[in-house]
Amino acid sequence: MSGIEVRNISKNFGNVQALKGVSVHFEENRIYGLLGRNGAGKSTLLNIITGRIFAAEGEVLIDGEAALENDRILGKIYMMSEKNYYPESMKVRDAFKWSKEFYPDFDLNYAKTLSEKFELNTAKKIKSLSTGYSSIFKMITALSTNARYILLDEPILGLDANHRDLFYKTLIEKYSGNPCTIIISTHLIEEAAGVIDHVVIIKNGEIITDESRDELISKGYTASGTASCVDSFTAGRNVLGTDSLGGLKTAYIMGELDKNNVPEGIEISKMDLQRLFIELTNA
Amino acid sequence: MKIQFEDERPIFVQIAKQIEDGILAGAFPEETQIPSTTEISVNYKINPATALKGINLLVDGGIVYKKRGLGMFVSKGAVKVLDEKRKEEFYDNYIVRLAAEAKKLHISQGEIVSMIERGYDQ
Repeated sequence: MSGIEVRNISKNFGNVQALKGVSVHFEENRIYGLLGRNGAGKSTLLNIITGRIFAAEGEVLIDGEAALENDRILGKIYMMSEKNYYPESMKVRDAFKWSKEFYPDFDLNYAKTLSEKFELNTAKKIKSLSTGYSSIFKMITALSTNARYILLDEPILGLDANHRDLFYKTLIEKYSGNPCTIIISTHLIEEAAGVIDHVVIIKNGEIITDESRDELISKGYTASGTASCVDSFTAGRNVLGTDSLGGLKTAYIMGELDKNNVPEGIEISKMDLQRLFIELTNA
Repeated sequence: MKIQFEDERPIFVQIAKQIEDGILAGAFPEETQIPSTTEISVNYKINPATALKGINLLVDGGIVYKKRGLGMFVSKGAVKVLDEKRKEEFYDNYIVRLAAEAKKLHISQGEIVSMIERGYDQ
């Protein structure tokens, strides 16, 4: 099977069970949003996929082959993470050249073009880059590798609004011209919502949602009105959470809704991805 | 032009609607090219598959057609088709709701008509 297949992965850190029998299939040429609260297990999962840490149980297959300690297979994946894996005194442009050693399809011209677009000074040493430019440097490297699978762990950390805008536009351009599998893990869900086409949500080391963005969004809605109206409406429905303001109440609901059968006094509106995420992952 | 993520309608429907608006406004005249899937997805920062789905909706409706190797073009007669379609939508979205609300407020048919006349003169 092509794509990244995560099979029944478990991982502990001391007494903490970071991943509990996680199985998920990242298909080829799609853009995934890997969402979860701090400490939910997102980075642990990405680190296991790329072989940076080892799972206690389970396995990861890339295009049907075991990924563990297989350099040829791991060469298909590039992961951008918060941690810097380059020698700190190395200059940006040398880091690009160095990356080509590991990723033969690395496009140096593209890296140069993107550096100009983002005004990244390639003569600078990696350690002297600000948080934002460090993210930009790593993101440019990721997009230039031409790897089949690009994993982006918090790619927009420290980026200002203009650069985030430019990042998403650049990502889509790249993906349109050269489709690959992209997994984006981010806390800024609203901004990523349009770009991702499939949503995977991790909560406490388990996957609680794995479906297309459109399907997921189509199922979430809010019902507002007086508390008594809302309470009788929500009886028997899957209520994720509620907000109250005096006698007014808003309920966040998952499930099918018959729009022609909404009682008077109840106002229905849609939930966006961020709201859905908050309600699905609240403790 | 903006995509509303909290909108009732899915993003691809909104994309189709915005291109329709562009055709009706004369931004994309008949027999001219509309922006490519890539241009649309980059501009709106949406997944190319979503943009394609929006365009396909227009293809199914006969609003645009594909010229092999060139891209998508506005069909001849698209404006007329859209005018008709929008009129039907206008009835569903505005008139039906207006009538329902008017009944709730005990506004008679005659009163609505005179209100509409008043609104037109503004």
